Amino acid sequence: MTISIRSVEKKFGRYPALNKVGLEIADGELLALLGPSGSGKTTLLRVIAGLEFPDAGQVLFHDQDVTFASAAARRVGFVFQQYALFKHMTVAKNIAFGLDVRKGKDKPSKVEITRRVDELLRLVELEGLGGRYPSQLSGGQRQRVALSRALAVQPSVLLLDEPFGALDATVRKSLRKELRRVHDATGVTTIFVTHDQEEALDLADRVAILNQGVIEQVGTPEQVHDHPVSPFVCGFVGESNRFEGVVSGGRFTSGSVFLPATGLADGPAVAFARPHDFSLDGSGFEVRVNRVHIQGALAHVDAETADGRRIDVVTSRDQAEHFTGTVRLAARKAHVFPA
Amino acid sequence: MAAHRRSTDDPVWAKVLIIGLVLLFLGLVLVLPLAAVFAEALRKGLQPALEAISNPDALAAVKLTLLTAAITVPFNVVFGLCAAWAVAKHDFPGKSLLITLIDLPFSVSPVVAGLIYVLVFGLQGWFGERLIDHDIKIIFAVPGIVLATIFVTFPFIARELIPLMQEQGVSEEEAAVSMGASGLYTFWRVTAPNVRWGLLYGVLLCNARAMGEFGAVSVVSGHIRGLTNTMPLHVEILYNEYDFVGAFAVAALLCLLAIVTLVLKTALEVAQPAVRGRSGH
Amino acid sequence: MTAETAIAIRPTGRPLFRRRSAIPGFTLTLGVTLTVLSLIVLIPLSAVALKAAQLSPSEFLAVAFSQRAMAAYRLTFGAAFVAAVINGVFGVLTAWALVRYEFPGKALVNALVDLPFALPTAVAGIALATLYAPNGWVGSLLTPLGIKAAYNPIGVTIALVFIGLPFVVRTIEPVLRDLSDDVEEAAASLGAGRLSTIFRIVLPALGPSWLTGFALAFARGIGEYGSVIFIAGNMPFKSEIAPLLIIIQLEQFEYAHAAAIAVVMLAVSFLMLLIINAVQAWARRFS
Repeated sequence: MTISIRSVEKKFGRYPALNKVGLEIADGELLALLGPSGSGKTTLLRVIAGLEFPDAGQVLFHDQDVTFASAAARRVGFVFQQYALFKHMTVAKNIAFGLDVRKGKDKPSKVEITRRVDELLRLVELEGLGGRYPSQLSGGQRQRVALSRALAVQPSVLLLDEPFGALDATVRKSLRKELRRVHDATGVTTIFVTHDQEEALDLADRVAILNQGVIEQVGTPEQVHDHPVSPFVCGFVGESNRFEGVVSGGRFTSGSVFLPATGLADGPAVAFARPHDFSLDGSGFEVRVNRVHIQGALAHVDAETADGRRIDVVTSRDQAEHFTGTVRLAARKAHVFPA
Repeated sequence: MAAHRRSTDDPVWAKVLIIGLVLLFLGLVLVLPLAAVFAEALRKGLQPALEAISNPDALAAVKLTLLTAAITVPFNVVFGLCAAWAVAKHDFPGKSLLITLIDLPFSVSPVVAGLIYVLVFGLQGWFGERLIDHDIKIIFAVPGIVLATIFVTFPFIARELIPLMQEQGVSEEEAAVSMGASGLYTFWRVTAPNVRWGLLYGVLLCNARAMGEFGAVSVVSGHIRGLTNTMPLHVEILYNEYDFVGAFAVAALLCLLAIVTLVLKTALEVAQPAVRGRSGH
Repeated sequence: MTAETAIAIRPTGRPLFRRRSAIPGFTLTLGVTLTVLSLIVLIPLSAVALKAAQLSPSEFLAVAFSQRAMAAYRLTFGAAFVAAVINGVFGVLTAWALVRYEFPGKALVNALVDLPFALPTAVAGIALATLYAPNGWVGSLLTPLGIKAAYNPIGVTIALVFIGLPFVVRTIEPVLRDLSDDVEEAAASLGAGRLSTIFRIVLPALGPSWLTGFALAFARGIGEYGSVIFIAGNMPFKSEIAPLLIIIQLEQFEYAHAAAIAVVMLAVSFLMLLIINAVQAWARRFS
């Protein structure tokens, strides 16, 4: 199902959580809402779910205006950050809830509900745990129950609020793959909120980056990483070294550091250079190498300019031996924005 | 902007209905009796009411009630602190049984609470004859009243302190002890500041119950005017003698005590949300 | 500090009890606790059982379950039960209003709920008796309707409603407060209407605390004396409560008979205590 969000505004008291937000989500897409805390990403998700209503603007499901439709009427699947499982119900009852509350001819038969619950338990690899209570499950298992409960109603869109936030790092990684697998198996349009850029870039088809209630950029993981449209996106997505300086004659200078800035007008600017975009170059600027540490196939170099500016460089492991003493660095590429 | 109802909000009519029902119910059950006490006390004006509470028997009752509370509350403070220290800061087998036993007096009818002391110290009781030989009076005398009051208020302070001290854990005390502090020093400088508001809360409720106890005290008192009558017992006597103005005048005094207790309790809850009462008093 | 500073670690013998904690004072405080508990509570309570044991089994049954005693139990337990049910309903509503709604006078209502904890029971007793007497403020309204509240089982129930209310409200309130919004939002997003959310999600989640509050109010009601005797009328077989029977036996110096009735009441109280603990243990399974 396609979802259109048009100029949505939402204030909490005097604090604007969403400011004229517009976003189009394609049918079957897996989209990440990425941003720091307080950026409005959860509010936007809750507006889409009908748990929060906007002060202005529209939310359309398939061209149908649902801006003020109740959460119950929207048929969305929502996975809460703390899962919000019903503690007094078994896992199977939790998953069946959305089908159980239906009335009249919409309500599937008991047999049908049981079949559906079993199918979902199998989908999230929790067969045989239907009789347990949520308190008897691990964090990762609870998350899977929350996911299958949301899927049970065959939602037109699946919404997840920081779905992996409450889990430890290893479980997080495996559940990430799991969500992708479930998404590919069901084909349901999916939107998830995260503050973890690695998670967003790893999992999503497209990423929407929010900052202070505004969408800064929407694009594929490659687009937002390689072609950030704003200093915020550049600083938030991926690793980078940030410099403040001036552009003059197609070159950005900050102290002894200089970076390419082809085609930019002269004036004060802020520049970002990715650690892996630096390489040794006799015509570059001079840095002292403080430390080199090897991590798998990569080498991380802590370098410092003569005026005390620290620069992170990432290079391939076989280059590591050249980073000793004082070396000259040049950046292949830099993102420079007028200040 | 039109208010759209969020999924956790109730419709306005439901809110109004529920709040209305609650106010009606509480008005009928709680406010009306309170109002009736003052109305009856002042039925014949302020003068007769004031006379009733300044009558020597009434004053003796006030004095005995204050005396009883003045013994009961400190006793229960010491006991409560000991019990809470042992239970909350240490682990030992039978701990939950001990907590249940401390709570026991809450489940015992006040009349039974009075009865047990009559059975122990009364004329036909275990120590009855020996007490007479030594001319010691416990039942139908002040010691019996104090004992019965201690029994019914026994769990108040301990059950306020135990959960509070359990929540606070032992790390601060362990830190103090590891730096060489003695047990008493640790208690005064580390534990006591952390539990003082909870203690005050328990004292408040314990005091209200101690001053207001009726059933248990009624059994052991003997109702001797001017000697073994507490304020609630004095209320009963006046009421049964159809001296309604007198009965309600003394009752009004007890109402004021209750109101002061509630005001202090609310103030404490606002100022120190952590001590918010535990159920079951 | 010089290197000469020696720390003398005195080798200590094996303590009598294995030390379970680094925090001192355990033996002293536990000793005081057990001593006081025994002297004030346990030993005197056992006197009831010992006194009642002076009766032969048949005597005991004749006294403890005489017709008059049975009528008193029926009234006591019945009125306590009905009062707990009434409090069960209005207690939930009160807790709901206090936790979920904002309304003028809420702070006052909140403080007022604890009035039965703070007000001496005898005061409540004479106030209720006066209100519900045939010529009282409320009683005079009920009399034309043919309802006789005071000096009747209805009066006993009214007094027990007064006494029990805070137990239900204060037990449910914290649980309701801790029930996070997202559980209700989850139900709504799964298609549940407001009513089904309340009946299927919120009320079941409150279940254990409701039962606990109900049991506490019921247990308190069984033993209550001061607020009841003034409004009850105290007519044998009709409006005489069990605690009053004990007092009547005492006044006739029938100590063993008083103890026999007390044993029955204590047995019911301990049963209630067991039920409350069982409910709470059951509730812990889910959290």
